[in-house]
Amino acid sequence: MTGTFLGMPPFPEAAHDAVNNAQLRHNLRKATHTIRGKRAAVVDELDDWPQLRAAGKAIKDHTLRHLDRYLIQVEEAVTAAGGHVHWAADADEANRIVTDLVRATGERDVVKVKSMATQEIGLNEALADAGIRAYETDLAELIVQLGDDRPSHILVPAIHRNRSEIREIFLREMAEWGEPAPADLTDEPRVLAEAARRHLRERFLSAKVAVSGANFMVAETGTLVVVESEGNGRMCLTLPETLISVVGIEKVVPTWADLEVFLQLLPRSSTGERMNPYTSTWTGVTPGDGPQDFHLVLLDNGRTHVLADEVGRQTLRCIRCSACLNVCPVYERAGGHAYGSVYPGPIGAILTPQLRGTASALDASLPYASSLCGACYDVCPVAIDIPEVLVHLREQVTEQPGHRAERAAMKAAGWVFADPSRLSRVQRLAGHTRRLIPKRLPGPGAAWTDTRNIPEPPAQSFRDWWAQERGSDGSPRRDDA
Amino acid sequence: MTSRATVLGRIRAALADAPADTAAPLDRTYRRRHTDADNTLPLLVENLRDYRAIVHEVTPDQLPSAIADALRRRGCTRVVVPAGTPETWTADVSGIELLGDTPPLTVDQLAAADGTITGSAVAIAETGTIVLDAGPAQGRRALTLVPDYHLCVVHAADVHASVPDALGHLDPTRPLTWISGPSATSDIELNRVEGVHGPRTLEVLVVRD
Repeated sequence: MTGTFLGMPPFPEAAHDAVNNAQLRHNLRKATHTIRGKRAAVVDELDDWPQLRAAGKAIKDHTLRHLDRYLIQVEEAVTAAGGHVHWAADADEANRIVTDLVRATGERDVVKVKSMATQEIGLNEALADAGIRAYETDLAELIVQLGDDRPSHILVPAIHRNRSEIREIFLREMAEWGEPAPADLTDEPRVLAEAARRHLRERFLSAKVAVSGANFMVAETGTLVVVESEGNGRMCLTLPETLISVVGIEKVVPTWADLEVFLQLLPRSSTGERMNPYTSTWTGVTPGDGPQDFHLVLLDNGRTHVLADEVGRQTLRCIRCSACLNVCPVYERAGGHAYGSVYPGPIGAILTPQLRGTASALDASLPYASSLCGACYDVCPVAIDIPEVLVHLREQVTEQPGHRAERAAMKAAGWVFADPSRLSRVQRLAGHTRRLIPKRLPGPGAAWTDTRNIPEPPAQSFRDWWAQERGSDGSPRRDDA
Repeated sequence: MTSRATVLGRIRAALADAPADTAAPLDRTYRRRHTDADNTLPLLVENLRDYRAIVHEVTPDQLPSAIADALRRRGCTRVVVPAGTPETWTADVSGIELLGDTPPLTVDQLAAADGTITGSAVAIAETGTIVLDAGPAQGRRALTLVPDYHLCVVHAADVHASVPDALGHLDPTRPLTWISGPSATSDIELNRVEGVHGPRTLEVLVVRD
């Protein structure tokens, strides 16, 4: 994945700063609770939600089981419709393909539709290295880009910013990138949105090359689908001459009719709307309408690694709705940046360490960035059992080098529990020395006690109490008789 | 080895241990629709209004005057009219320049227009959605994107209850634009603001024919 987050501290450290930022916590709480409420209301409108959810899960599982076949079908259909298909094994290759395609047009600027895949591969940075400027056109992405910031939510990347911060960013940065913000800019959302409209208008009308992702691609027809709200997507997908779409290989669905499931699940789960304001679909190129040069870049970048894991492969069902973020008590307090990835929240906690591996301290910490309360599983429109995958990943993390103390402790515990007489002796010892046990453990154990209290051992174990009360034969002692 | 072969090889290796997919057809026990046929039209109107579109219900006879009234109210002087638009639609319009798209208008001409009148391919009641498929009276996608005002005619016969119903009436080989209310953003403290980049105003004439 992208180098943007390289060097990020592990989750507990990064989250520590976030939870002490009162403004951030206020912004996050307000935002997540608002979307949560809207989502619940529109999901309640559909009394067949459990059936839709089951169908979404089943379609995705079936597609993943035959992913090779469906990708070949997409390739054939897109090519037949006048598009070009490229395969990218990793981020570097995808970036190289896109850079070469842009260079071939002779352009130095591209407009971009908000896309998780291109953030994941660090496309903007790669294009910048090649002297090509990429303009984010989604309002939230624009706020993030102008603020030289990082996204903190899948759906609302600038969720951590409030209106006065956005006004400051616009006033300070817009002139550097194009049409400046008006001097009398207020912090009214309507006024800020108008400033963004004016800032991007000329850009849209003159852009020759656009880069997008896609929410879905249909194997049967070669159709790509982009779901959005502002119309910036339509602008990028329609007005330029060249369109390059970078799409993760897991985004494929088998048939046109399958969209009936996902176009009900996605908008309701993500923005809490019955339908998002704009959905665009296109199949290859259409003479006289829209870009006449269309390229689809199929991106692996670790997805086949996820697919190879029997428990973890369900992660690839994700349709990036972000419902799991909005219900997560950990995300609500820690914010998106603490996850050190473009994929924050519960889905990020399982997707990132699978895509990148768990070699770094940050990635190894992510499976622990959860209370395992299960709220994410309950809201997931494709029923990804996120807690199951978290526990599975924790198991993998503990098996890798660097957990010697924990493994030694578990081994010792296993030895004690294996023999009842050993257990009683240890319990008695603990009871007698209970005053000597510190509140905070020294050495590596401190990491545990920093966030938890050591339970005080009882003065007497249950076994000893039972023996004392009932004697060795188990019959009640009738001392009072 | 090409990257295509690499990726396909990785997929096949990753799935080597995966159980064979069950041959049973996918369970599609979800509903085909969530509303009665009688309620389809009222629900469309209600949901379009909920997403801040302006909606009028008219008879076929009233359509020409309704179009002329809407354009006058809006103060339009130059309006784009796609190829294939019935001449009767603009029969009552006077004092407004009607721009055809043959030869294609430039983006600057589109940006200078006050609005666009189009028909529609399909509408979806449950979600308050109108779908354009670039067919007659709809034109290419840019026509309903660049001007700030979209006046859209929806015939009752094209209104379907649900997303599953509507998909079967759409041709995926055409470029489709699904519109649910005007352009909107909620990116600033989740306050909904209409009209960021697409048309700021969507006005719909539902024709009961």
